[in-house]
Amino acid sequence: MIKNIPVPGIEEYEKGFWEAALESKLVVQHCHDCDQPRFPPRPMCPQCHCLEYTWNQVSGEGEIWSFVVPRPPLLPVFEEISPYAVGLVSIKEYPLIRMIGRLKFNNEQNEDNFEEIIIGSEVQVSFQKISEEICLPYWVMG
Amino acid sequence: MLKDSTAIVGIGQTEFAKRLEESELELACRAINNALEDAGIEAKEVDALGSFTFEENDEFEVARNLGFGELHFWSQAPYGGGASCCAIGQVALSIASGISEVGVVWRARKRGDPKSRMWSHTEDKVDDHWKWSRPSGLVRPADESSMLMRRYMHQYGYTREDLSFVATTLRKYANKNSVAYMCEKELTQEDYMNARMISDPLCLYDNCLESDGAIAVVLVSSKRAEKLDNKPALIHSFSQGMSSEHQLMTDYHGKDPLKSSSYVTAENLWKLSDYSPQDVDVAQIYDAFSPMIPFSLEAYGFCGEGKALEFISEGGIAENGEIPVNTSGGSLSEVYLHGMNLVVEGVRQIRGVSTSQIANAKVSLVTTCDATPNGAILFKGE
Ligand SMILES: [Zn+2]
Repeated sequence: MIKNIPVPGIEEYEKGFWEAALESKLVVQHCHDCDQPRFPPRPMCPQCHCLEYTWNQVSGEGEIWSFVVPRPPLLPVFEEISPYAVGLVSIKEYPLIRMIGRLKFNNEQNEDNFEEIIIGSEVQVSFQKISEEICLPYWVMG
Repeated sequence: MLKDSTAIVGIGQTEFAKRLEESELELACRAINNALEDAGIEAKEVDALGSFTFEENDEFEVARNLGFGELHFWSQAPYGGGASCCAIGQVALSIASGISEVGVVWRARKRGDPKSRMWSHTEDKVDDHWKWSRPSGLVRPADESSMLMRRYMHQYGYTREDLSFVATTLRKYANKNSVAYMCEKELTQEDYMNARMISDPLCLYDNCLESDGAIAVVLVSSKRAEKLDNKPALIHSFSQGMSSEHQLMTDYHGKDPLKSSSYVTAENLWKLSDYSPQDVDVAQIYDAFSPMIPFSLEAYGFCGEGKALEFISEGGIAENGEIPVNTSGGSLSEVYLHGMNLVVEGVRQIRGVSTSQIANAKVSLVTTCDATPNGAILFKGE
């Protein structure tokens, strides 16, 4: 099994997302023509079939839609930090856009207190550098 | 065109175990041979094959081992747990449309060895859609399924106790089925509550077995079926289904992630059928993870939205319940073979030979994976 965090490969139509993440900004892909937001990024707008797109920055605020706490057996890199929480987070500006990310407490004393995680509570995006090209979004709980 | 015009007339399987010594090819050949003997049909008559894109045995290898004649049709259905009914339905369509006459669909799989777990082969770089989840530590199918169950529990006020009835009910069926991997082992609610967590809120018993084995079925036209000894399981209706904005296993981007592809399959299946959910005598519902059973019960209309865990805890899927489910033990307690065990159990119920036989079962539903693009078949007895 691999030893490191698996790194996402970057397609041309995903570059905008990861370039913004390197600057600690969360962006959402929008259709150039009809402005429809979409996630995950893709080349074509499912509404009007336009192949051009823009990247619009969002506040980075979100709401926990759900979460899990994985336990072994896991990939070694995750087994080391297990148990940890992974959330599915609704973006504040576009609630139907949901992103996966680690959920972290903002103070270390709470670290393993998963009972305190509540669906519907607010979180703020932050970024963890995992490779030269990738800063991975995660979510900080209040 | 398809309705009641084809039938499953042969079923065959190998033993099910943590580890079988034979290769997947030998397992496939034995299961197919058993299914043909059960049907009373000569191997040289087979001219259509259906399998899974996940299947390691090529059609030509299987054909030249069993001594099939000249083939006219073959197809493979994608998405693992979503595939069984799709592979069978496609072969049925080829027979109904006159392309072929005798079809075989099989699945052989050695998954008992933990090294064969697909997630454990995650590579340094993730290029498919899992790039949006695996780097964050959501790596295994159990984690992906657990995400939806936590939301469901939150939305409808359920707990792990409520979910425990899925695993304990299926285990009771397995305890009556001598070939089930878990036949000898009882499972109490206490065992369940004390089990180690795999992906909270899912524990060990919410996960399917890791097992080796093979299963095959034989299909012919209903006209041909009349001349055979076995009572045919007529394919009454069949549909596949993929929801809008679907994403494989991490199906989190539709309008409501709790409205899976099963809703799409179910709607079309009922539309194509003479029956409604109330007419179904017994159901085999794909269960790689226990949440898929309550989710599918709601999708197929056996109970209202948010009601499934209450329905299950009140005995709704037990042997004397409203709709008995996974009566041979399912993937949680009989064997995990991408749901092919559910298909043959659906056929046994029509034949009247299940180890948990539902009296006078005439309409028998088989579904596939709630978290992937999927399909379902409604079987009918004469
Ligand atoms: Zn557009």
